Amino acid sequence: MIRERASATRMALTLVAALLLLAALGLVFGYAPREAVMGEVQRVFYFHVSSAWVGMLSFVVAAVTGGLYLSRRERYWDLVQISSVEIGMVFGLIAILSGSIWARPVWNTWWTWDPRLVTTSVMELVYAAYLLLRQGIEEPERRARFGAVYAIVGVITVPITFLSIRFLRTIHPVVIGSGDASALGGFAMTPKMLETFLFSLLTFTVLYATLLVYRVRLALRGDMLEARRNALFSG
Amino acid sequence: MVETAPAQARPAGPGNYFRSVGVIVWKDLAAELRSKELLGAMLVFALLVLLVFNFALELDLPLRQAVAPGVLWVTFAFAGTLGLNRSLALERERGCWEGLLLAPVDRSAIYLGKAFGSFLFMAIMEALVLPIYSALYNINLFQPGLLLVVLLGSIGYVSLGTLLAAMAIQARTRDVLLPILLFPVVLPVLISAVNASAGFLSAAPMDQIWPWLNLLIACDVIFVAVSYLLFEYVVEE
Amino acid sequence: MSIRVVKLSKSFGSRLVLRQLDFEVARGEFVVLIGPNGVGKTTLLRILASLTRPSFGQVWVEGLPLPQEAAQVRRQIGVVSHQPLLYGDLTAEENLRFYAQLYGLDRFGPRIRGLLDQVGLLSRQREPVRSFSRGMQQRLSLARALLHDPLILLLDEPYTGLDPQAGQMLDKLLQGVASQGRTIVMTSHDLQRAAPLADRIDVLSQGRIAASFRRGEFPLDRLPSLYQQAVAAHG
Repeated sequence: MIRERASATRMALTLVAALLLLAALGLVFGYAPREAVMGEVQRVFYFHVSSAWVGMLSFVVAAVTGGLYLSRRERYWDLVQISSVEIGMVFGLIAILSGSIWARPVWNTWWTWDPRLVTTSVMELVYAAYLLLRQGIEEPERRARFGAVYAIVGVITVPITFLSIRFLRTIHPVVIGSGDASALGGFAMTPKMLETFLFSLLTFTVLYATLLVYRVRLALRGDMLEARRNALFSG
Repeated sequence: MVETAPAQARPAGPGNYFRSVGVIVWKDLAAELRSKELLGAMLVFALLVLLVFNFALELDLPLRQAVAPGVLWVTFAFAGTLGLNRSLALERERGCWEGLLLAPVDRSAIYLGKAFGSFLFMAIMEALVLPIYSALYNINLFQPGLLLVVLLGSIGYVSLGTLLAAMAIQARTRDVLLPILLFPVVLPVLISAVNASAGFLSAAPMDQIWPWLNLLIACDVIFVAVSYLLFEYVVEE
Repeated sequence: MSIRVVKLSKSFGSRLVLRQLDFEVARGEFVVLIGPNGVGKTTLLRILASLTRPSFGQVWVEGLPLPQEAAQVRRQIGVVSHQPLLYGDLTAEENLRFYAQLYGLDRFGPRIRGLLDQVGLLSRQREPVRSFSRGMQQRLSLARALLHDPLILLLDEPYTGLDPQAGQMLDKLLQGVASQGRTIVMTSHDLQRAAPLADRIDVLSQGRIAASFRRGEFPLDRLPSLYQQAVAAHG
């Protein structure tokens, strides 16, 4: 039942991810121009948005694998789900922290109530709740089932949360934080910036895929170890 | 053994389904009316939350009225988790949950019965909290618009809450897990409910309130549908 | 065959509880399953009761396959667990009325009274179950299990926690039920209690049926040593 990706493919993927990351760093610091108003700190934007993108992608992947698990009951999908959640949670955290780093020098605040930022934080909380849920259940099959259900619930409610917060922002002037409802996107993108931005998105997506492959492999190994240990003790 | 009157089954049909839902609701109500544990706890808890808010936010009258919708819904959200937990924990005593699962009823009927029962408990709690709150904060909360929002908000809250509570009580960390699971995902309901309530309380024009009501209704429909469909996965073994 | 189980395996995570178990019960037969704690007696019963899904293998109850026809199977079985499955705050009569309606029964008043009479609880019908002794709760549980006149009765360690007098009452009740022609499967770890009632005693060990003794084939006083032998041989 263990599906092993050929190690050659895995190594190739790792190499590609590493190269892309180096190239992206080069683009962000060398190719992309200095933003007129905010200065150098604006370069955080490229990785900030890419991280948030990976956070959201992981979220959707978690929900999709949840659906797959519930319909097929194959353990593999559950392993992919937990891997995706772990990775997504880390990237979401990077997105939030990089947002803070960006906001501080530009708007003199550590936090803005920007709808996207708030929604990302809510998503992080859903991730954390997911992990706590799994932690509280001992039986693996039930753990997988409940994780799947909660991931599906999350992927449906979080976008609605985003819509409701955004609607709130359009009718209420900002009380705390920056003076712009779409604060963290408030600059014009030149073509070079756009290219860098898209390249960063690509890089981070490949990075996500690579990490996912390794994490799933680790989970499969963990399963194998558990099975052998149990066979040894009950044999 | 002496022969006893034979068992007569009703013919199958949709009537049976709703009868099952109804009997589960009746059973929850009857059991709660006897023990009165849950309602008492919910009420006391709600009042305590109100008092804490009052002393934590020592505000003058206009500000107090401005925060009223928020305070009200936070109170309902916290007290509501008690009701949800209890409704499902009730079944864990003496193994009654398995009694429900062994019966030839659709799992979704169990969901509807439990959700509706929790909704009634929440409504009773709200019916007691609203007049007390009105008195303490000197606001008239018995406007039809506000009552409608309370109704719709409770439906959304209870629909997701029943699904998540069914998961939470099967976990080791059952007491703390429900709020952790519920609050991040029930936010749209709370946001819409608070804003719609604020609209009605400040006598805002209807075209400002409608979007929030629409969002609230949409949430209710989506949340009930999703929970209804996913419930069977949570209760199977 | 009322119950037919072929190569049933059940694992919880990586712990294998039932291993390719074969098991058959004819209509009207009274089978007692005995075995050490944790060997899987309850698991087997829960699978037959449609509360748990098998991991591998096939199960038919009254010709209906599980888990596909679980809903239909539930109509045919009554379950007495070591928990009474009763609501403490409701009266005996209310509990039975609840279950009667849940099972879709019509005009159940006389039947409820009749069953309460049979289990000797008619005089206590308006008292809350909370005030009942364990023996009384078990008797009421039996009445609950028989409400819908099931073809099969499954009992999981029903004598647990009963004093000798209550145990004797349960004996008599079970004899009565058996004489009605119902198929009965009962798990027990009390050999002395189980033996007189059974048509057949199956010993469960290491996730399988280790030995099977038909009525008349065994003298009751030899049973404990036969049981130990079977467990040791199979272990």
